Amino acid sequence: MDFTLSDEQQQLRDTLARYVAKGYAFEQRKQILKSKDGISPEAWKQLAEMGLTALGLPEELGGLPGNAVDTMVVMEVFGRGLVVEPYLATVVLGAGLVAAAGSDAQKGALLPKVAEGSLLLALASDEDGARYQPTHVKTAARKQGETYAITGDKTVVLHGAQAHTLIVSAGTSGHEHDDKGVSLFIVDRTAPGITVRDYPTHDGMRAADIAFSNARGTLLGKEGQGASLLEFAQARGIAALCAEAVGAMSAITELTLTYVKQRKQFGVPIGSFQVLQHRMADMLMYVENARSMMLLAAARADSADIAERRRAIHAAKAYIGQASRFVGQQAVQLHGGIGVTDEASVSHYFKRLTLINASFGDADHHLGKFSDLLLPGAEAPARASQAA
Amino acid sequence: MDLEFTPEQKTFRDEVRAFLRANLPKDLSDKIVHGKRMGRNDLLLWHKILHKQGWVAPTWPREFGGTGWSSTQQYIFEEECAAAGAPPLMPFGLRMVAPVIMKFGSPGQQQHFLPRILSGEDWWCQGYSEPGSGSDLASLKTRAERQGDYYLVNGQKTWTTLAQHADWIFCLVRTATDVRAQEGISFLLIDMKSPGITVRPIIMLDGEHEINEVWFENVKVPVANRVGEENKGWTYAKYLLGHERTGNAGVGFCKRWLEKLKRIAAEQGVLEDARFRDKVAQVEIDLMALEITNLRVIAAEAEKKGPGPEASMLKVKGTEIQQMLTELMMQALGVHALPWQPAALDHGYAGEIAGPAFGPPLTGDYFNFRKASIYAGSNEIQRNIISKMMLGL
Repeated sequence: MDFTLSDEQQQLRDTLARYVAKGYAFEQRKQILKSKDGISPEAWKQLAEMGLTALGLPEELGGLPGNAVDTMVVMEVFGRGLVVEPYLATVVLGAGLVAAAGSDAQKGALLPKVAEGSLLLALASDEDGARYQPTHVKTAARKQGETYAITGDKTVVLHGAQAHTLIVSAGTSGHEHDDKGVSLFIVDRTAPGITVRDYPTHDGMRAADIAFSNARGTLLGKEGQGASLLEFAQARGIAALCAEAVGAMSAITELTLTYVKQRKQFGVPIGSFQVLQHRMADMLMYVENARSMMLLAAARADSADIAERRRAIHAAKAYIGQASRFVGQQAVQLHGGIGVTDEASVSHYFKRLTLINASFGDADHHLGKFSDLLLPGAEAPARASQAA
Repeated sequence: MDLEFTPEQKTFRDEVRAFLRANLPKDLSDKIVHGKRMGRNDLLLWHKILHKQGWVAPTWPREFGGTGWSSTQQYIFEEECAAAGAPPLMPFGLRMVAPVIMKFGSPGQQQHFLPRILSGEDWWCQGYSEPGSGSDLASLKTRAERQGDYYLVNGQKTWTTLAQHADWIFCLVRTATDVRAQEGISFLLIDMKSPGITVRPIIMLDGEHEINEVWFENVKVPVANRVGEENKGWTYAKYLLGHERTGNAGVGFCKRWLEKLKRIAAEQGVLEDARFRDKVAQVEIDLMALEITNLRVIAAEAEKKGPGPEASMLKVKGTEIQQMLTELMMQALGVHALPWQPAALDHGYAGEIAGPAFGPPLTGDYFNFRKASIYAGSNEIQRNIISKMMLGL
């Protein structure tokens, strides 16, 4: 039992935190949000120089050693700094999937470029009506020689328009809603037959709706392996988002604490009122327990024990979603009027926390999944055997 | 970072498990697991078994008869005992008055009282709260007047848990009235057999006798039984409360209760109801978070030596979970939550039972555990401590 970060992890955290505080301050971030692509090539270059884009990728392909705890360290700092760069999409989800399931040729073509910071990836898996079920796939892939022709519509692809290469889920069995018939494909975002509609999200990120019409893709992993690979990617993504949420929650709680100590009404700091003191005590307890769940998610995200991994990921995403909601809402409430303005950073943290909850399954969704594990016979799910 | 126990800690856990398998009387664990009434001898029996093994005081330093275990080992021990259905050890001697005697008591007091606490020879109870002094403990009015080499004690203590079994009571008493409330308090050790002490039962809402009023009428207490200096009792009292709160998360007990809840819910068929199942899931998730937070606090305390205000978080969250578990067990019973069957709480009861056999203790447990967010500093007081000590408000 050891809750301390290694020297390397502490160093990584401190270096990154220094950079984010200086190079990614609130006003600088505002400029990035207004830019055409909504991300900063300059910032990405800096992150690459720090080795972050190589984290956890094979060393022979330019990568650096790293696991889910290292990702946690990075994402917590991003959460504190409200960083909007496509790290989750590119490194955690995209490169994670290629490293886990790609052929030597695919890995060799993509991963060194991700590691050096010149290639952005995105995962196109959500579809209308899927309601957080990654295996709800209507997009279909037809085999044509060595490649596949992909047709269908993907929605809210995080940083989909900014990515150079997409990883797309599509059905290969010919039947919709067939878990065993879902496969993943690597697709060039600029290939013929692809239409991308880029839009901002409420929290300053970018996402895209992407339509595929006989777009050419190459199979990632094996046919039918898509469901288990998506679950693998989701576990990594959720653990990362949990850390980002804890970073944002810690920052917003500190902001609120400073505010209630400074803001005076009735001639005294509002933090002297017991009703607000108890609210803040509740916020602190939520943040600390959320941090515990973040550690659990990171410790289990790469676990080979599928049942244990599932339990931890569902529990962490559910708890952290609930904590994000409480802490975010109360931070706005305690700030009073200023809390509902665009000018105050508290509102930006609140929006990010809210939308992290809505990503990859919200608190209710994961509570329900965890809850279903309590049903008789739920311990040995049929899918576990073929999972990544 | 690593959330697994080390191989050494796992070996230790196996050793504890083996000990429990060999030494925890089945009769005793049956009573605990099935929520039966526990008598003085039941509770003392387990104390004495652990004493024989040298394991009764894991939190004590070695020189006083403790185990010398790390805080993580203590945690593992408590969790394994709880999982096996061992009775709780009474905290009043081991965890409350003993640390005060060790830190502030005279060598004579240490030599006399500590071995008797270890062996279970003396049963202690806590004389803190009074009818007019609950959360505002420093306003206490029980007087101790110095008369030569003894104090004359007059007043009333209340909510005194298991005073009906106690040999000794540690008391906060007022020894000065012309100073700030906190500065006129002394810490006395009082023999319950002293003339002038009357113990009156308070029957709780579940119909059980667990707490008492303790009345003092011209009770003579030798000055030698005062801990530390006169009028410094508040300092010792606060030291004690810090130790009291640390053990209050009760993760091990909660885990056993959670398993019990799942068994009961499965037998009653309520797990198929998603509305109920989600509540079980929620309390399990809350407990997962609390467990890791508890381990983090232990790790941090090991570096700082001694409990800090984080213990207040554990107390609040732990008691909330305990209360939710007891509530859900009762809820699982449905209409069978209604019958009050106190006779069925005795081990070996062979009469008729209305409803399922495991039903009789559950509603009473729910009612009884409303105490948890009130005792040891109400959860509102804990939030005051968190906002003051951790947030600086």
